[in-house]
Amino acid sequence: MSGIVHGVTGDWEIVIGLEVHAQVIASAKLFSGAATAFGAAPNSQVSLVDAALPGMLPVINRRCVEQAIRTGLGLKAQINRHSVFDRKNYFYADSPAGYQISQYKQPIVGRGTIQIDLPDGSVREVGITRLHLEQDAGKSLHDQHPDSSYVDLNRAGIALMEIVSEPDLRSPEEAGAYLRKLRAILRYLGTCDGDMEKGSMRADVNVSVRRPGDPYGTRCEIKNVNSIRFVQQAIEVEAARQVAVIEDGGKVEQETRLFDARKGETRPMRNKEEAHDYRYFPDPDLLPLTFSQEWVEEIKRSLPELPDEKKARFARDYGLAPYDAGVLVDERATADFFEAVAEGRDAKQAANWVMGDLFGALNKAGTDIGHSPVSAEHLGQLLDLMADGTISGRIAKDVFVAMFETGKAPAAIVEEKGLRQVTDSGAIAAVVDQVIAQNPDKVAEYRSGKDKLFGFFVGQAMKASGGKANPQAVNQLLREKLKG
Amino acid sequence: MAALNELTLAEARDGLRRGDFTSVELTQACLAAVEAARGLNAFTTVTSGRALTMARESDARRRAGTIGKIEGLPIAVKDLFAVQGVPTTACSHILDGFKPTYESTVTANLWREGGVMIGKTNMDEFAMGSSNETSHYGPVVNPWRRPGDNRPLVPGGSSGGSASAVAARLVPGATGTDTGGSIRQPAAFTGIVGLKPTYGRCSRWGIVAFASSLDQAGPMARTVRDAAILLGAMAGFDGKDSTSVEAPVPDYEQALTGDVRGLTIGIPAEYRVEGMPAEIAALWEQGIAWLEQHGAQVTEIRLPHTKYALPAYYIVAPAEASSNLARYDGVRFGLRVAGENLDQLYENTRAQGFGREVRRRILIGTYVLSAGYYDAYYLKAQQVRTLIAEDFRKAFATVDAILTPTTPTAAFAQQERLSDPIAMYLNDVLTVPANMAGIPGLSVPAGVSKEGLPLGLQVLGKPFDEATVLRVGHTIEQAARASLAPTPWWRS
Repeated sequence: MSGIVHGVTGDWEIVIGLEVHAQVIASAKLFSGAATAFGAAPNSQVSLVDAALPGMLPVINRRCVEQAIRTGLGLKAQINRHSVFDRKNYFYADSPAGYQISQYKQPIVGRGTIQIDLPDGSVREVGITRLHLEQDAGKSLHDQHPDSSYVDLNRAGIALMEIVSEPDLRSPEEAGAYLRKLRAILRYLGTCDGDMEKGSMRADVNVSVRRPGDPYGTRCEIKNVNSIRFVQQAIEVEAARQVAVIEDGGKVEQETRLFDARKGETRPMRNKEEAHDYRYFPDPDLLPLTFSQEWVEEIKRSLPELPDEKKARFARDYGLAPYDAGVLVDERATADFFEAVAEGRDAKQAANWVMGDLFGALNKAGTDIGHSPVSAEHLGQLLDLMADGTISGRIAKDVFVAMFETGKAPAAIVEEKGLRQVTDSGAIAAVVDQVIAQNPDKVAEYRSGKDKLFGFFVGQAMKASGGKANPQAVNQLLREKLKG
Repeated sequence: MAALNELTLAEARDGLRRGDFTSVELTQACLAAVEAARGLNAFTTVTSGRALTMARESDARRRAGTIGKIEGLPIAVKDLFAVQGVPTTACSHILDGFKPTYESTVTANLWREGGVMIGKTNMDEFAMGSSNETSHYGPVVNPWRRPGDNRPLVPGGSSGGSASAVAARLVPGATGTDTGGSIRQPAAFTGIVGLKPTYGRCSRWGIVAFASSLDQAGPMARTVRDAAILLGAMAGFDGKDSTSVEAPVPDYEQALTGDVRGLTIGIPAEYRVEGMPAEIAALWEQGIAWLEQHGAQVTEIRLPHTKYALPAYYIVAPAEASSNLARYDGVRFGLRVAGENLDQLYENTRAQGFGREVRRRILIGTYVLSAGYYDAYYLKAQQVRTLIAEDFRKAFATVDAILTPTTPTAAFAQQERLSDPIAMYLNDVLTVPANMAGIPGLSVPAGVSKEGLPLGLQVLGKPFDEATVLRVGHTIEQAARASLAPTPWWRS
């Protein structure tokens, strides 16, 4: 994956903009009191308003507005204290009113920025164009009956934030980094759970290609992509398709496309004759949305430390490399875990253990840090056992494996398994003597100048001690005794 | 004593208070009158059983000493209001069989205040019409006839069923809704009082929407006092309607002092519309004279953007309607006409479910909102609306109320204007500006045409100042005192 497509006629740059639909965390829908829990029985969370019965009227949910403001503040964006809800008119069975209430010309949040972290440790600013509130649609179920479709309106009316980026992204990696950072910010803020599998975060991907330095090309919008991996794949195949079209002498048509992950292709969603005219107009059932600056300030005061600030602090206070710091702050739970381990200890060592052994084990077990069998407290204790010489770093790896399997405290495992490090120089000397005695040839070679063999003797001595010998003591004694 | 159904709301209320009769007796009289007046086609549903139960319960409450503002009084409800368990059709085929599981806020308020529900009244389909001829359930007949002429006249619309029912003394009061004149114009055509309150005064929750930014529920009754009583029971803030306004609801009856001294009444030259019949102009002059005689100061005012109100209205109202009526799609309730696929189901259901006038307005509304036309039509119409509201705001800086005729003509015959939508729309020319500005407007019977048909004068007021509007209307009513009761030819 890269931001450049190597065409037959030369290189092409990919230009990407993302529209992310993020489901607002709120106990009720945007304009009705119906519940929003995931996985409820079909049509069990539908109010009269959601079903658009005659005479029903929307009333804005204050909590959803607060969440949108909160997100806007987290995106360092302009908060519009006067915004307008519009109707987007279209007929579909899962759109009960025949229109979706959205914000068109005057959204609640204006321009902002997101800083994305790239694998080389660099960061890039990506512009946010706007964030607006809108209703989700229901769901058509086409597989329940041979010749009818069913409709589940549980999701109809749930609050979504549509977060639109500038066309500032230049590669699938950057798009991925953007989505990960946006998701991290939303999760830190508690405004969206970012769970793409459950559909609580979905992306529409705008892709175009151009010769580097040229004006923007014609874009296609790939609708409703539901994982970061798919977003990246979709960009890749769509960019390749556009380059092929242009290089074949064709023209890219501005259109809406779908990504088929199974076939690894994008294809048009609807043809131009079916293009919608949404006939937007201000919803006359709702007054313009206005709120006070005091409320905005109050929400601002309640914001948590966000990923970028945390990352900067980790780099500054713990001396971590920017990329490592970025990885650790990706999830608030990870950052909190790391901080608990690092507190009063060697922070770099803590970071290595969290990102190395712990992440590896969690990955392998298919779980996440929220369900880690090893607590931050226990991992910290493990670091302490190494620091005070109770166990060596090598033994610590074994202890960690046991901790992960059993959830026990490291000290208990060390005691149970008798893994305490041997520091008694008499006992170590005996082991060293034994190794020397057993390898006369190697000793001779070493003494004739083959210094590299020192490592072999260390290994043999550690093996003979069952790994428990203090490595420094082994080194020292070996050096003395090999001199002869 | 007059038959119980012929009593005004206030007379019936006082009679109940004195114990002269019970709510059950009053209700029975109304139900019998309704039954005898089937020929008017004023009702779509008569809820006799429910009415008698409610009346019995009311009598019991009265015995227990807990009474509401309209305790025991029979009320008819325009078929646009959702009433729980009772067919609510907006007189459209597309709402066939629809019985809401919920109760509109306005009717809930009425029943909480002791009202007795007699039935649902006929209306123009989705409140779109000025003659009650667009109803799926057939036209309503005006109880008034031209002397020596038996041709049925229209009662006006869209609240024509409510107007006829009240004018024919079937019920003492009814609810209406007014989007462009749908309370005031039928009130004028049938010789009764109709009030469109300030936008936001009565909750729209549970009323089938026509044009959300214009729709407003209001009372229809035989006297200004009755309208005041009924409004007091209907109005109030409702958190379920975001456009409802939290303003105190005064005791409107108290406003009927009969004293208009010190009030300044504005007369807008712009309402002297082209081709206004001399008798309408004369009626207006008469109204001015009455108010002056009672000590009000009358002054000419300018409402320069008046002439743009009607064309702008016929952009804004259809635009909102085209969107509001999108929910009638055959998927969840009401009529469904099957098709091969979803689009055909929509097309078949909506083509068969909506009548001609409704389809016409959906088409107009869809057109004016469509890409490339929005700025020229809808946006421009909203700008005009702002100017109209500004005209009124300026006028009300110097006057307390405005007096105009309600309609350019008296009631016309059925079929007379049905084929000419523009002529039909012109009925609303004097009433529409109040909706566009959101201000209250009252139609009060003030005289009869040379053909002997009732004519109304309209009083417009400041936002949320229904009290002054009622006070001025009351003075005109007292002065007019015309014998405004039709001959009951319909009694079988």
